[in-house]
Amino acid sequence: MIATNREQSGKPATASTKRRSVFLATAALLWADRRARIGIIMLGAFLAVYLFAPWIAPYSPTQGVSISMHGPTFRNWLGTTQSGQDVLSQLIWGSRVSLSVAFLVGIISTILALTVGLIQGTVGGITDQVLGFVSNVFLVLPGLPLIIVVAAYAPARGLSVIVVIIAMTSWAWGSRIYRAQVISLNQRDYVTAARLSGDSNLRIMFHDILPNMSSLVAAHFLGACMTGLLAESGLEFLGLGNPNVVSWGTMLYWAQNDNALPLGQWAWIVAPGLAIALFGMTLALINFGLDGISNPQLREANR
Amino acid sequence: MRYLITRIALLIGTFWVASTIDFLIPRLMPGNPAADMMAKFQQNGDTLSPSAQHTLAVMLGLTHKTLWSQYTTYLWQVIHFNFGRSYTYFPFTVTSEIFHALPWTLALVGLTTLLSFSLGTGLGVLASWRRGGRLDSWATPVAMFTSAFPYFWLAMALLYVLGYLLHAFPLTGAYSSSLNPGWSFAFVTSVLYHCILPAVTILVSSLGGWLLTMRNNMLTTLREDYVLLAQAKGLSEAKIAIGYAARNAILPNFTGFAMALGFVVGGSLLMEVVFAFPGMGYLLYNAAINQDFPLLQGIFVMIVACVLLANFLADLAYFILDPRIRRSLKGGQRA
Repeated sequence: MIATNREQSGKPATASTKRRSVFLATAALLWADRRARIGIIMLGAFLAVYLFAPWIAPYSPTQGVSISMHGPTFRNWLGTTQSGQDVLSQLIWGSRVSLSVAFLVGIISTILALTVGLIQGTVGGITDQVLGFVSNVFLVLPGLPLIIVVAAYAPARGLSVIVVIIAMTSWAWGSRIYRAQVISLNQRDYVTAARLSGDSNLRIMFHDILPNMSSLVAAHFLGACMTGLLAESGLEFLGLGNPNVVSWGTMLYWAQNDNALPLGQWAWIVAPGLAIALFGMTLALINFGLDGISNPQLREANR
Repeated sequence: MRYLITRIALLIGTFWVASTIDFLIPRLMPGNPAADMMAKFQQNGDTLSPSAQHTLAVMLGLTHKTLWSQYTTYLWQVIHFNFGRSYTYFPFTVTSEIFHALPWTLALVGLTTLLSFSLGTGLGVLASWRRGGRLDSWATPVAMFTSAFPYFWLAMALLYVLGYLLHAFPLTGAYSSSLNPGWSFAFVTSVLYHCILPAVTILVSSLGGWLLTMRNNMLTTLREDYVLLAQAKGLSEAKIAIGYAARNAILPNFTGFAMALGFVVGGSLLMEVVFAFPGMGYLLYNAAINQDFPLLQGIFVMIVACVLLANFLADLAYFILDPRIRRSLKGGQRA
């Protein structure tokens, strides 16, 4: 009975096990790298803060809880803002907006890069050249000035506009790498074998080519997340975001506007900036491990 | 030659696309921001002369002319780099404001980027050569940390510690306000003194990226057979590291230059706001805050032009450094 079951669902089962094993192997290699392991643990910590913000944060991020503008104390570990809000609670709640923007930009940018790169790599010819020109244009187009111009015109300064534009200006590098990888993988023996055995192009793409690009896809995703976080916080720092949202960028905006540094409330400025830098370092550490997967020569060196 | 022609075509094509995007942004915004904006300007209309209002209307696309004729007028403006008068700095023209700000940014960002590129690449070569050595084990993690710093935040931190607390550096501007701009000794030293913190900000935030990419490229290159051959031939370590490995490992840094430059430019623009440094970033910030649209359009076109030219120069350097490209061009096969 069991044997027949296995036979009936034979082909899909092996294919999905194979695919899962490629991902598992990637994950295992990543975990084996000391730097990537530290990065994954740090990412876990950030995600925990993100998910459990309401339970971790000692106070409300928007209500005044103490006298304004005092430095770190036992009650307010990172001091308070001009309006007496607790900086630590703002930092914890702010991770929700900041990290959401980062991940959204990462997802949209990766999808754009994959779509363009895969089309270029598989179709070739004139389509490849046209898309190549488009990605070259977006590669050199300076993202932040464009975002600032758009934000200055935008009637409602919502996060969605910002997310879409950052993603639009950050996919090009990824598509270039994916295109090269698809062309290279297309010439491998196992892809030729799949093609000769009559597999459709789509099946080859999703079963044979994409799983073998997973480390490259993840690397671009992490890079785009960082771009998104930096661009968003920069824009909010300039006051071009929505200043009423609590995020790491708006914290820096209010801290700068309320003269936190001259008045000695250094923690208000140091904390959100450090959070951004630490998150960036987390992604960089994981990226180091991913580099080692796509390029084994780096792997031994990083151990 | 074909490589050069492709590059120049790409340069012009990209500039055209960027200018078109600049033209479309105010016309593509959801709702009707142009009309809202006009209403807002007309409410406090005493600040705007009728002719300025007309220019604003034309720029925002609120005329009865067709989109196409607006577009050709706009392209004519771009080619002549004439964007009319700025609202914020009335009666000065956009062009004159930009040409006052541009040299500051070009000098500061240009020089520090060159410095950071050479230093970072050099350190990357050293770190990879002594892999796991003392330099590698502290410089690489530090580079990972510093390269994730937001430029404007590092600028604020430096300003606080070295400016407010230690009074070692001036707080704002690019020169002491008591001096008249000119080529006097006092003025030049004042400028250099004011530029130290901004330059350090760019250096610290951008150096790590160059170091990390160069280190990884080197680690790949050092495994190549020709490096082994060079070692077998008994060449000196310095010669192998620089003449054989680094020469090849540096090439991806040039192809990645476009992306890296984007980060540096964006970061520097924000940093200028913190230091109130009178360059393009500070001007862009003021234009955005005051909704000075002619200035905004002009600055964007200018920044794009500068970034494109810098990328073109990086492509030229790549062309000179990589003999494979030169040779394949002579054969006329691949580019």
